[in-house]
Parts: sequence; structure tokens; C-alpha cells
Amino acid sequence: MAWFKKDKRSSKKVKIPEGLWVKCEGCKEIVYRKEIERNLRVCPKCNYHFRINAWERISLLADEGSFEEADADITSADPLRFKDSVPYKDRLRSNEEKCGLKEAAIAGTASIGGYRASLLIMDFSFMGGSMGSAVGEKIFRAAERAMEQKIPFITVSSSGGARMQEGIFSLMQMARVSAAIGRLKNNHAIPYISILADPTFGGVTASFAMLGDVIIAEPRSLIGFAGPRVIEQTIKQQLPDNFQRAEFLLEHGLIDMVVHRKEMKTVLTRLLGHLIVPNEI
Amino acid sequence: MKYYLDFEKPLQEIELRIEDLRRLSSGKEPSANSEIKKLERKARDMRQEIFSSLTPWQSTLVARHPERPYTLDYINMMAQDFIELHGDRRFADDPSIVGGFASIGPHSVLVVGHQKGRGVKERIGRNFGQPHPEGYRKALRLMKLAERFGKPVITLIDTPGAYPGLGAEERGQAEAIAANLMETSSLRTPVISVIIGEGGSGGAIAIGIADKLMMLEHSVYSVISPEGCAAILWKRDGAEIGPGEYAQAADSLKMTAQDLLSAKIIDEIIPEPLGGAHREPESAARALQDALLKSIEELSAKTPSKLVEDRYRRLRKIGGFIVPRKEP
Ligand SMILES: [Zn+2]
Repeated sequence: MAWFKKDKRSSKKVKIPEGLWVKCEGCKEIVYRKEIERNLRVCPKCNYHFRINAWERISLLADEGSFEEADADITSADPLRFKDSVPYKDRLRSNEEKCGLKEAAIAGTASIGGYRASLLIMDFSFMGGSMGSAVGEKIFRAAERAMEQKIPFITVSSSGGARMQEGIFSLMQMARVSAAIGRLKNNHAIPYISILADPTFGGVTASFAMLGDVIIAEPRSLIGFAGPRVIEQTIKQQLPDNFQRAEFLLEHGLIDMVVHRKEMKTVLTRLLGHLIVPNEI
Repeated sequence: MKYYLDFEKPLQEIELRIEDLRRLSSGKEPSANSEIKKLERKARDMRQEIFSSLTPWQSTLVARHPERPYTLDYINMMAQDFIELHGDRRFADDPSIVGGFASIGPHSVLVVGHQKGRGVKERIGRNFGQPHPEGYRKALRLMKLAERFGKPVITLIDTPGAYPGLGAEERGQAEAIAANLMETSSLRTPVISVIIGEGGSGGAIAIGIADKLMMLEHSVYSVISPEGCAAILWKRDGAEIGPGEYAQAADSLKMTAQDLLSAKIIDEIIPEPLGGAHREPESAARALQDALLKSIEELSAKTPSKLVEDRYRRLRKIGGFIVPRKEP
């Protein structure tokens, strides 16, 4: 816990599950919970990176006390008035209570190793990190913030994809955020670094997440367009062992690096050192 | 034999009787002729009634109708001098996306579209209109070519979605779609997109960022198929789902042309002949051509910079979110 306790906001958000021991999803071993938490939620036996929430992620990357949240109150308007077993509005409310977040992403600015940057961090615990209109708008604004302030843009993705409950509006977010990244790349020498965490799929991978000037993934993260079960059902054959893992993407030339959680901030800082152009206009 | 959808069955009965009567009388019997006329009127009224109030799920079925005209059919009917171009220059030529230069009226344009196959063999050959990354990369290559030569780009959308397969993932399906979205959002030439059948999620929008977005009357456009949506919502604990659930999901997703026009996602609905585009493909193609010509002329008046600026602003506005006003 030590590594994120410093941030007051985060410590109250984090719920510590019951039990002293956890079963690692990577190696299926039973591990002492404290040991995992001391290790940035990485399994000491197999290096499996447990999912962490957006505030933990911010503590991990931002210089202490430097994060300033923006657009915290942007929420979904429920444009389709979508209803399944539960009205979508109720679903949003219960996720808000569960996660202490208003949406599946947090945006803001922070310094990282001394470099100021515009950040957009997704949170998988909120409706599977899905991208609806509010998340799309936060990404769009975070990219524009980077352009306005001439600071790097950094995203951390963890998402099942576009949010079904907002239908076509969610699909359109893919176009919007990609257009914003396009504008950033066409008009500015501002780096856009995309970090992919477990899992990143669908409309998120197929838009801003795969458009980074540099793309970094956490070890063993599942990353793809279509989910492995859908693919298995379609092609009716078993998928290779490391299919859609970060290492698989690296091998196929789709990402730049696989970086351990404990190295992420150092690597980011070094990259920013190379990519930040003094007096970018 | 014509293919009828389930909800067209009463129509099928009448039309089969008309055919029988024609065959038996061979046009020589006045009584049969008047009976045929009567039945034809009845069929027309019935068709009018059915098609004026299609449910979203029925629209989906019409959009996927196996006799519905596909991209190459429309190109053949409404364009001249089509020259198909192939390949992404990296890996392969994907037959589920076709593209090339063509003339529509007085305009030389680039047309790119999803292509489904007809008949078992061609359907498989075209992968049921589900592109691999190569398809999207070919589309982008051609659109960039059009940009260099100032040609308007027309995209015709008709896909169940991007292909979920092993090779597609290995070769960067997500990256291919993302790159198309990013690049076409700043393409310095007019882009006009028309959903002619199925607008299936990321696989559709990958060639769907446009200055003008239109839908044929009975086409659909959605983030997920009704079947996919129903499976997520209701296929828990081994529960069986079927057309009832699909229909419910289709309602919820608001995926018809009318829904999308109301939501201001699309600019225009192109009317289809009574009973759907497949009933009178030529007249469907004429309506499409008219709409395209009008759009090309509208957009040609804009400079490339203005096009790009307006396209960005248009995208900027889309979204069902709430930004609370700051307290003073
Ligand atoms: Zn482990």
C-alpha cells in the first residue's frame, strides 16, 4: 500500500478486499496479500500485474501531489435511455457508488519526472472501463488540453471497448478521439504516449489506444480488437497460449515496449526527455 | 425463387398465386387478368403496410437481405468507367473491401466499400464482408491517393463487422481501424459515406468518417449487433435467446436510419423502393446516385482546409454527455 498511500484522495477510494491471501490469476498460486501490495500489486512469484484503479495508477506515475483533476463532473446523458434488466442510469449510479468515480476515466494534468503532461487514465472497475460519451469527451478534452498547454499527452487504457448502453454515440467516440489525436499529430510536436494495461479491447484499442507515438504495455496484459472468446467461436480452433498478450503484440510489431509496472514512470520520464521539444509552437 | 423474410410471408402467398395465375392463363384469359390486377393491388397495399412500419429488428433483416444490392452492384448501376484497384502493399488484397476510381455523372471520384458475396462460394471468398486489416489499409491507401489528386471519396458501408480472427489480430486489426479513423478525419478532400446495408460497429466506422453521412432507408448502424447485445444482456446462466430478445435489443440500440437522423448522427435518409432496395435495384441506385451528386456538388465548393475544419467541428459536437455549469 505504501506506494499510493501518499495521495489522500486515492487512499480513501481504495477498498481492501477481505482475506490475507489471494490467488494469483497468473500462476494460480496462493500469495500473501501484503506481499502483493508491497510489490505494486504485482505477483512476486510470476510477475502477474493485478489490475489497479485509476487513482492508484496516478500515484504510480505522477510526481507526488502534482495531479490536478479536470472535467471531473462530466457524466453520461444516457442518450438512448437504454434499459435492460436495469435502467442504464441506475447502472451508472451503482458503479459510481462501487468505484467512487463518476465515470470510467479520470483526466487531469500532472508532472511526471518533472515534465508536465495531460493525463487520461481509464478505470476498468467502472463498467469494464467502457468508453461512452462522457469518457470520450474526457479523452477529447485531455488531448485538446495537451495541445493548448503544449504538454505531452499520456493515456493509460484498460477497457472492454465501446459502451453498449450508449449505442451509436459510443461508436462515434472512436471517431472523435481519433480525430483529436490526428489533430495533435498533424499540428504539434507534442508526444502522445499510450500505455495499455490489462485488458484493452474493442473500440478503445481501435481508436486512441493504438495511435500512440509510443505504445507501452504492462507485462502479460490482454490486448486486442476482438475478445478471445469471440475469436475462438468464429474460427473454431484453439488459440495459441500467449495470444493477445502484451508479449505477443510486441513480437508482431504492434507495440514498442513491454514495461514492468515498477519501471513505468522511469521509462516515461526517459521518453519524455527525448520527445519534448523546447519551445514547441 | 425470390427470398422472403418471415414477416413477408403473407406477401409471398399472394405473389405466388399471382405467378401461378400468370402461368396458367398466359395472359389470354380476361377473368384471370382482372384477378391478377386485383391481387397485385393487394400485394402492393400489403407491402406498403409492412414496410411503412418495420420494427428495428425487421429493418436489420432487410439490411442483411441476401438479395440486397452490394457495393459493386451499386457501382455497376450508377457509375461508369470503374477501375478497381487492389492491395494494401503490405500483406494482401482483401476482397471484403473493394475500391477504385469511377465516374458518377460528370465527376471522377474514388469509391471504396465493403463487399459481401452472393452465393456460397463468393460469400466465403468475400469473407461475408468482414475485412481483415489489409482491407482497411487498402481503403486508406486509396483514400490518400484520392486526396493527392483532389478526388471526392465515396464510401459505401455494408459489413457485419471487422473480422474476429487470429491473423486479423496478429496483423493489427485495431491499429488498422484506428489509423483509418485518424487519417480520414483530416483527409483534405470531400468524403461522403452511405450506409447501404449493415453498419456493423468499428468495422463500419473505419470507412465512415465523412463530411456527409447518409443511410439508405432500411439500413442499420450500430455499435453492436442485436444478437451480440442480446447475448451480453440475457445469455446468462445458459438461458436461451432468440428473435424475441434480438428484437428487444434492436429496439434499445436505436439503430435505424430514422433513429440516427433524429439523433443527428446522419444527415439524410435515402429512400428505398417499396419493399426494400432489392425489389427494384435500379431505382435504389438512382436514388443513391442523386444523393451522391447533390453532396459532391455541395462539398466541392469548400476548400480542403475548410472541409477538414468542419469535419473536426462536426465530430467535436457528437456525444450524449453532460457538462455541469461551473458555479459562479
Ligand atoms: Zn502469480
